[in-house]
Amino acid sequence: MSESAETTSKYVLQTVGFDARFPNTNQTRNCFQNYTDYFKCITAKGEDFAPCKQFKKAYNSLCPNEWISKWDDQRENGTFPASLEP
Amino acid sequence: MLQFLSLFNTIFNDAPQPWQLGFQDSAAPGFTGIVTLHNTIGFYLIVICFSVFWALFSIIYYYNTNKNPIAHKYLTHGTVVELVWTITPALILIAIAFPSFRLLYLMDEVISPTLTIKAVGHQWYWSYELSDGCYRFDSYMLPESDLELGQFRLLDVDNKLIVPVDCHIRLIVTGADVIHSYAVPSLGLKLDAVPGRLNQVSFLVERTGTFYGQCSEICGVWHGFMPIAIEAVSTPQFLIMGR
Ligand SMILES: [Cu+2]
Repeated sequence: MSESAETTSKYVLQTVGFDARFPNTNQTRNCFQNYTDYFKCITAKGEDFAPCKQFKKAYNSLCPNEWISKWDDQRENGTFPASLEP
Repeated sequence: MLQFLSLFNTIFNDAPQPWQLGFQDSAAPGFTGIVTLHNTIGFYLIVICFSVFWALFSIIYYYNTNKNPIAHKYLTHGTVVELVWTITPALILIAIAFPSFRLLYLMDEVISPTLTIKAVGHQWYWSYELSDGCYRFDSYMLPESDLELGQFRLLDVDNKLIVPVDCHIRLIVTGADVIHSYAVPSLGLKLDAVPGRLNQVSFLVERTGTFYGQCSEICGVWHGFMPIAIEAVSTPQFLIMGR
C-alpha cells in the first residue's frame, strides 16, 4: 500500500478535460484546433509563455502522433493548410 | 452486487464460447445498460408476438368459411379496432424509443476522463498511443504456432492494452489506411476507425480481467486476424506498470 501511495504521488494520471465546443463523438476538429491554437499562441507570446502549454498538452492527448508529425513537416515546408498568424 | 457481499463466487465469462448465443458478461456500465435494454425489449417482444399470433390464429380457426358459411354484413370495417391497432403500436414504439435514446445519450457522455488512449487501426493490426503520445506500441494477433495453453486462438495478441479499473477512459479511434472498427463487446465498445477522422468514446471498466474484441468493419484479407485484447488492472498496479 505504501508503494502504491508513493507511486500515485510521483505519477499524475490526467488528461485534457471535456471541451464544450466539441461535445460530439467526432473530435477531429478538437485536435486540429488545439494544434493551430498552440502555434498561434507561441507566435504571439513566445515559446515560454505558460498558458500556451495547455494547447500542446491537448493536441498531444488527442491527435495521433502520425498527424502531428505530418503537420510539423507541413509547417516546416510552408504547406500547412491553415493560417498560424495570431 | 452479490459477489461483493461474498455470498456467491462468480466466474465471469470474458471470452466468446463456441456456439454461444447470449452476451458475454458485462464489465462496463454501458454494456450493462445495453443488455438490460435488450432484455426488457425482448420480454415485451415475446408478449406482443404471442398476443398477435394468438389473435391471428384464433380468428383464422374460428371464423373460417366452413364454420361461418354466412358472412356478417358489417364485419368488413371496424373503426374502433382499427384505431386500437394503430395507436397501440405507436405507443409501444415510443415506449421503446425513450429508454433507448436515454441510454444512447448516456453512453455518448464523456465524463472528465483520467486518461486518453488513442487506438489506430492498420492493415492488419491495432496500434496504441498512451500518455499523450509518449508511449506507442503495436498489437498483433498471436499466430496459432505461438499460442500457449489457455490462450485464445484468433483473439490473443502479443501486446495487450493495459487499462486501470474504475477510471473514466477516453478512447480516440482512427484509421491509418482503410476503415476499421474498434469493438469490445464486454465493455460495450464499437466505434468506427475512419482515416482522417477522430472518433471518441468514454468507457469505465468495473472489474479486473482480460476482455476481447475483433475488428468489426471488413478491411481486407486479414480483417479477421486483427483482434483486440484489453487487460484491466487495479489503478495502483497500473501506475507501477507505467513506470
Ligand atoms: Cu480492420
